[in-house]
Amino acid sequence: MKTIMLGNEAVARGAYEAGVKVVASYPGTPSTEITETIATYDNIYCEWATNEKVGAEVAIGASIRGARAMTCMKHVGMNVAADPMFTASYEGVNGGLVFVVADDPGMHSSQNEQDSRNYGRFAKLPVFEPSDSQECKDFAKYAFSFSEKFDTPVILRLHTRVSHSRSIVNCEEAEPTIVREYTKNVDKYVMMPAMAIKRHVVVEKRTLDLIDESENQLLVDGIHKIEMNDTKIGIITAGASYQYVKDAVPNASVLKLGMVWPLPMHLIADFAKKVDRVVVVEELDPFIENEMKVAGIACEGKNLFTLQGEYTARMIRSALTDEPLPEVALDADKLPTAPGRPPLLCAGCPHKGVFLALNRLKAQVMGDIGCYTLGTLPPTSAMDVSVCMGASVGMAHGFDKASDGADSKKTVAVIGDSTFLHSGITNLINAVYNQSSITVLILDNSITGMTGHQQNAASGKNIRLAAAPAVDLEALCRSVGVASVRVVDPADTFGTEKVIKEELERDVVSVVIVRRPCALIPTGKKPRGVNIVLDNDACKSCGACSKIMCPALIADENRRPVIDPETCNACGLCVNICKFDALKKKEEA
Amino acid sequence: MKSNDVSIVLAGVGGQGTLIAGKLLGILAMKQGLDVKVSEVHGMSQRGGSVITYVRMGDKVNSPIIEEGTADYCLAFEEVESVRWSKLLKKNGTLLVNNQKIKSLPVLLGKAEYPTDIAASLQKAGEGRAKIFEFDAYSAAMECGSVKAVNMVMVGALSASMDIPVELWEAAIQEAFATKSKLIPMNLMAFSKGRTFVTGD
Repeated sequence: MKTIMLGNEAVARGAYEAGVKVVASYPGTPSTEITETIATYDNIYCEWATNEKVGAEVAIGASIRGARAMTCMKHVGMNVAADPMFTASYEGVNGGLVFVVADDPGMHSSQNEQDSRNYGRFAKLPVFEPSDSQECKDFAKYAFSFSEKFDTPVILRLHTRVSHSRSIVNCEEAEPTIVREYTKNVDKYVMMPAMAIKRHVVVEKRTLDLIDESENQLLVDGIHKIEMNDTKIGIITAGASYQYVKDAVPNASVLKLGMVWPLPMHLIADFAKKVDRVVVVEELDPFIENEMKVAGIACEGKNLFTLQGEYTARMIRSALTDEPLPEVALDADKLPTAPGRPPLLCAGCPHKGVFLALNRLKAQVMGDIGCYTLGTLPPTSAMDVSVCMGASVGMAHGFDKASDGADSKKTVAVIGDSTFLHSGITNLINAVYNQSSITVLILDNSITGMTGHQQNAASGKNIRLAAAPAVDLEALCRSVGVASVRVVDPADTFGTEKVIKEELERDVVSVVIVRRPCALIPTGKKPRGVNIVLDNDACKSCGACSKIMCPALIADENRRPVIDPETCNACGLCVNICKFDALKKKEEA
Repeated sequence: MKSNDVSIVLAGVGGQGTLIAGKLLGILAMKQGLDVKVSEVHGMSQRGGSVITYVRMGDKVNSPIIEEGTADYCLAFEEVESVRWSKLLKKNGTLLVNNQKIKSLPVLLGKAEYPTDIAASLQKAGEGRAKIFEFDAYSAAMECGSVKAVNMVMVGALSASMDIPVELWEAAIQEAFATKSKLIPMNLMAFSKGRTFVTGD
């Protein structure tokens, strides 16, 4: 049956058809929809794990026990999962094991654009790279049997344009879900030095076997593809870049690699011999190019193309041909400049009130990864540093120690509920243990927001929205030794400010749980309609309410607020901001 | 690029329903037995940022991305987005613009100007080089019951510009909203209203 699928949906379909039994992941754009789609297949066990390392370890355990297992993450998530992944490489698998990683060239929603192919070389694991949704399905399915055949975990590397493009997929019947027998085998599954020394030999031998397979079988299996056309130019490429190449230079000969680590150097050398000029087209790092150069195969690549961002057919056409570029319809000189449109916090977003408070306090803010990273932008402009998941708490502790405690009077860490459980908790334990005096704000909006509303261990529901035990954040913080744990409602921005100020004064670690559900989830979304009313006589046209930049509130030409009933979520932040009591909640008016 | 390729850009503001419109066009292409690719942007840009969806259909589609000067149709769901993405439209292409204005953060902060009389600028910039239709999709959507129908008004306008039977479009709408069937009548109504903006009926 043919259907149109997102690349991520197709990966899930491929895993389903391969009879995957266990999938454990942490959400991360652009990988999230894979595990969400897995959740629609009732026969597959799946879960949101607390972080990528946990997800990887669950999948490794399930694989050793004999089930086909998968864990999915974004590129930076693979840094978190790397520790178990590197040693899982030594241990191999029982049931097929697939690590799916989605890179984000161009950084549509990421903090860096690392090239995850490097993990294949680094961890000595094969890396498959599909170029459209059909290949997402086919390669995902193929990866499981390949994993078992070579006793290796497999990396399936995607990127944004493959993950988030829809194209046609031919679906097939699912294979039966098989759980292989598990037999205790400490030589293979306990990596103490004595065993690991022997397993390393196995791993290096396996890489040679993988190269042999890549040279001889993957072309037959349709994983690699050779398209011989005009031999003046031969392109070596993989993934989405292949699609750009086909549009840019449709007559060129192409070697499309479906497995990008380890590389089939004889296949590449043979192809190179057949063409006059060899060009490697690959986004981000010169990964294939450098390997070719090490192998003594002359080629061009990054001398023509950038190390940054996404490629386009236009870029490739410009670099390789002298064809004129397509003519644009509208004369740009006759058009005005379009003002920028950065993303902003939603109407009723609970993060707004707390970031306004931090702005008024002129606090130093150690940020983290989530919607609240937007607190960096005006009008709140209340973030100093943001690095990776969980880092805020550790960095605040670092500021404390570097300033002999002085900065803790004006420094907070802000971290979301999901991010706190992901990797903030270990930092909090560390800060208590090492006698810090930091103030940590847990922005508890009861959901993993930025990635599109996934449940987490504190939200009370599992991936399929069934009731689940919820972590009690207050009790958790107290149990690790935080002396002061307080809860505030960020819509009460001045009350929140007061509490933060008091906690900044303390010479011990304190936690403020800033609690209000995300305005886009059922528990946080209020019925639409006129929720806030303006007392025209009381309004002094001061403009304070419009300065909070709520998307539901716009000032008219007299600086009086006009509230859009279609957008307003009745959080009451504007009511609290107004010094003249001109804005009131409808029920109080 | 082959001659039967059709490239459609959907440009708007996060939350305006460009993703659903893109999904619908994917279904439409499949109903015609064509190859299709729809490229979306998720994540950060959903929070009221500028969003773009590319749809390419034809016998064989390679890249999911539409580049400068290659779009046959550009649908701007918000007025200033037409200016931002107009460079994608190819010579003699069709530009469909919702004249709704959604002020962005820099405009609200007074750090940037929302351009005045975009309609006139577009006409001048595209004179003899593009077909441009500008209309009030927001009001049309509200008449159908919700601002959420803006996307189907835009799709309706597109349908009247393309040579695909209207029944196929309506079937695609039915399929795209199959899981939210109570929304189908509103969206079909919005689709019809959108058509009149181009046909002039």
